Amino acid sequence: MITPKYVREIPQRYRLEAAKCKNCSYISFPPRLVCPKCKSRSFDTIRLSDEGKILTFTIIRVSSDIFSHQTPYGVAVIETSEGAKLMAMIADTKIEDIAIGKKVKLIFRKIRDEGVSGIHCYGYKAVVI
Amino acid sequence: MIGIIGYGSYLPRYRIKVESIAKEWGSDPESIKRGLKLFEKTVPGLDEDTITIAVQASKYAVKRAGINPEEIGAVYIGSESHPYAVKPSGTVLIEALGIGNDVHVASYEFACKAGTEAMFVAYCLVKANEVKYALAIGADTSQGAPGDALEYSASAGGAAFIMGKENVVAEILFTNSFTSDTPDFWRREHEFYPRHAGRFTGEPAYFKHVVNAGKLLLEKSAMKPEDFDYAVFHMPNGKFPQMAAKKLGFTKEQIETGWIVPWMGNTYSGSSPTGLSAVLDVAKPGDKIFMVSFGSGAGSDGFVFKVTDKIVDVQDKAPKLRDMLDNNKIYLDYGEYAKFREKIILNE
Ligand SMILES: [Zn+2]
Repeated sequence: MITPKYVREIPQRYRLEAAKCKNCSYISFPPRLVCPKCKSRSFDTIRLSDEGKILTFTIIRVSSDIFSHQTPYGVAVIETSEGAKLMAMIADTKIEDIAIGKKVKLIFRKIRDEGVSGIHCYGYKAVVI
Repeated sequence: MIGIIGYGSYLPRYRIKVESIAKEWGSDPESIKRGLKLFEKTVPGLDEDTITIAVQASKYAVKRAGINPEEIGAVYIGSESHPYAVKPSGTVLIEALGIGNDVHVASYEFACKAGTEAMFVAYCLVKANEVKYALAIGADTSQGAPGDALEYSASAGGAAFIMGKENVVAEILFTNSFTSDTPDFWRREHEFYPRHAGRFTGEPAYFKHVVNAGKLLLEKSAMKPEDFDYAVFHMPNGKFPQMAAKKLGFTKEQIETGWIVPWMGNTYSGSSPTGLSAVLDVAKPGDKIFMVSFGSGAGSDGFVFKVTDKIVDVQDKAPKLRDMLDNNKIYLDYGEYAKFREKIILNE
């Protein structure tokens, strides 16, 4: 059962809420208590845009059980246009079209189900544009 | 003035052609293409459902409306494929859009007309000054049983409409509804696929309700078919809306723009709403739009819209329906389709 953790992470998973340091403007995603750059503890809550590019990626061909009928699929480190970095599954893209530097859009998708009777878990994925 | 201030639609990228389905069941694709006027349909990705489709369509609607989502006071999603039997789809959507918690949310159900039902209620809440903006969505990822005629048409997609009073792009002039107890299509609790009454779905169900709602709407508005620039009808297949249009006195030209079903399939609660969004994508100020939905069970909702000067400011702010329909397609064969639609039983 992952429900409590899932609910805590909704602002980040559903709408890409990040913390922007009030002192040095560094963007933490997910938000942190202390700025890793300047050690400040005051942040503004911002929403990341849905635009970014692939910094690096891998193709998953042998996955954990819950993703086994989605293989092969890409997982990439994305840099958003604000400079925040996040990891996301790649959706709706042929694996040969995944490459470093490619522009992506972050979209809202179902990530996994908690078994056949548990909740549906949603979040962001990236699609190559 | 009350009406649509922003709209958006979304279709999955995946498609399957009529030929790929017909081959599997030993049917003749040419007779389906000719008889039902269906060529291909959208298929949702494994990570797509009514909620994700509703979220994407609504994001586009918010973009077009140019409003702060926190000002939306009501969210209604109409669908016959809500991901949960018990838990409203809109609860996920309000978090994804950042609408906040000060909002009325409900799931609507009425087979294929749940979307227009949501639109009617959203419009009425704004009209009654209960909320500043109300968001109504029709979206579905519908299933037909393997080998059933519905398999050629049941597809995925949706459209979202934000109702408000300022910066209206399409004013709602008249609405009506025509409903009766007609068991033409149903799905019992715990059943995976719906059932339908074959030929009974035509004359006593679809045509009776669409034509009667249409006639009453023409009477109520004191308008004639030739007063309209566009007409949109529920599209269970390509042929039915053409026949309904003819029965009501509309021409092929009037329904052409919203007649997206041959390449999209029947998006159920999203059917006439996506047709309407295809019309709004190209409509000009002053255009009048006639729309009648249909939901099995059965009933039809009618709307008369008048497009305003503001339409040209919003059309290019989000993707257009025809562009999504014609571009970026990924075709599936029947095996991939069966996997995508979880028609095959896998080990846990
Ligand atoms: Zn800092």
